[in-house]
Amino acid sequence: MTAMPAMLATAMETPTKVTVRDLDFYYGDTRALKSISLGLYLNRVTAFIGPSGCGKSTLLRVLNRMYDLYPKQRATGEVILDGQNILSPKLDVNLLRARVGMVFQKPTPFPMSIYDNIAFGIRLYERVSKSELDSRVEDALRGAALWEEVKDKLHTSGLGLSGGQQQRLCIARTVAIHPEVILFDEPCSALDPISTSKIEELIDELSDRYTIAIVTHNMQQAARVSDFTAFMYLGELIEFDETDRVFTAPSHPKTQDYITGRFG
Amino acid sequence: MTMSIYSSRRRTNFIANALCWSAAAFGLSWLLLILGALVWDGLKGLSPAVFTQMTPPPGATGGLLNAIAGSLIMTVIGVALGTPLGLLAGTYMAEYGRYSKLTFVVRFINDILLSAPSIVVGLFIYTVLVAKMGHFSAISGAVALAVLVVPVVVRTTEDMLLLVPGSLREATTALGLPRSHMIVKVAYRAAKAGMITGVLLAVARVSGETAPLLFTALNNQFWSLNLNAPMSSLPVVIFQFALSPYKDWQQLAWTGALIVTVAVLALSITARALSRQGKTQ
Repeated sequence: MTAMPAMLATAMETPTKVTVRDLDFYYGDTRALKSISLGLYLNRVTAFIGPSGCGKSTLLRVLNRMYDLYPKQRATGEVILDGQNILSPKLDVNLLRARVGMVFQKPTPFPMSIYDNIAFGIRLYERVSKSELDSRVEDALRGAALWEEVKDKLHTSGLGLSGGQQQRLCIARTVAIHPEVILFDEPCSALDPISTSKIEELIDELSDRYTIAIVTHNMQQAARVSDFTAFMYLGELIEFDETDRVFTAPSHPKTQDYITGRFG
Repeated sequence: MTMSIYSSRRRTNFIANALCWSAAAFGLSWLLLILGALVWDGLKGLSPAVFTQMTPPPGATGGLLNAIAGSLIMTVIGVALGTPLGLLAGTYMAEYGRYSKLTFVVRFINDILLSAPSIVVGLFIYTVLVAKMGHFSAISGAVALAVLVVPVVVRTTEDMLLLVPGSLREATTALGLPRSHMIVKVAYRAAKAGMITGVLLAVARVSGETAPLLFTALNNQFWSLNLNAPMSSLPVVIFQFALSPYKDWQQLAWTGALIVTVAVLALSITARALSRQGKTQ
């Protein structure tokens, strides 16, 4: 474990935004996450890698309490966001989700115009004038590098865009309500290489202002976009370190096997 | 593959194909015969008088105006009563109570109601409304129709909302929207075409119903808009006139049947067009 001191040093420099402590997660009686502890650092990108079924998406869905939608799913342990345990039953989950945004694997534009897809969320949280709303929508679309492509068809259906554009629309929609943390659940796995590189550039830009967690099956992608990488296997966190170190000198043999493609 | 297996497979395919075609042709030919007879006999009696005059006594001239108006009024009220109930119940089942026991129970009962003979519904309303009020009335007819509308709307609303992808629900929730917003602003919007289709199908179903009206709204030979009095309706007039020995009444029954059929057909086509439009959206 020679990597430990270096990692801690980094952790000392950068404050954590989210701290996960002894997190267990259950689907019914199945334990899908086993005593996970790690931190998401402020305005850094943390990638979660690991073979299918290792629990990385499950972990992401705990961070905004998405699992609340389904019966028989529960989490124990602590997830601290700015000093507040978000697993507490007293927490207002809708406010939490406004602070912790999420972008999904499949683009999910709402069945309404491009403009409304973004204005929708803003209107829910704030009373803004028409002109301010217009500029907020424009900002969000610019922030998601989509403005130039859609500025002349803002009032056409969001479902008419290409897959990559739809995904950037979803990112714009998430950014528009000014979250603090953004969770990406395999955001590029349904996209072509050009759209993928656009999204990756976008994630890089967004990390100036947001704390980001990204689940990906693509190890090159994890290496390209993230500052920290967590490798998970069968519900356990095997290794968590700076991305460079995980990919060049992993401390655990399982990580080594996975990133060299020996399994998974 | 040897040639003999191939040719026997071709033979089987040919026979199966021929059987399917003849079964389809057999079924369709009856449908066409019925429609043909209806159009042939119905058109003979079609005149402006049908839409401007009241149902006549035997031997006199007349039309179906009171029956058409009565059918419209009772169908509109029935649908207006049944649709909100059906929409709300379907919404509960698909959204709030998706995993609850109550939903399973309601779905089971709703399926029974969906296939319940409409005459049973008529008798039920007779017992709980007509007998209590002491007389037949348009409003009890409308309530009987509403009882038939509810299960259709519950079923289509639930089915259509269940077709809305879970990912869309999660995406809305991920923005921090309360569930009520998610349902009204996103799920309803995504399922709109299907839900409207359901309501139109319910209208089509009840506008041809005779049995539930026989025991509730009865019939009325005169113009009446009084909901507290018996009211005429197309299906009941058809039933009464078609069974009569009078030639002119029988003719009006044919024409009435044509009007009901054309109206239902138009509604079904609208419903189809809407649901197709919904798919391409």
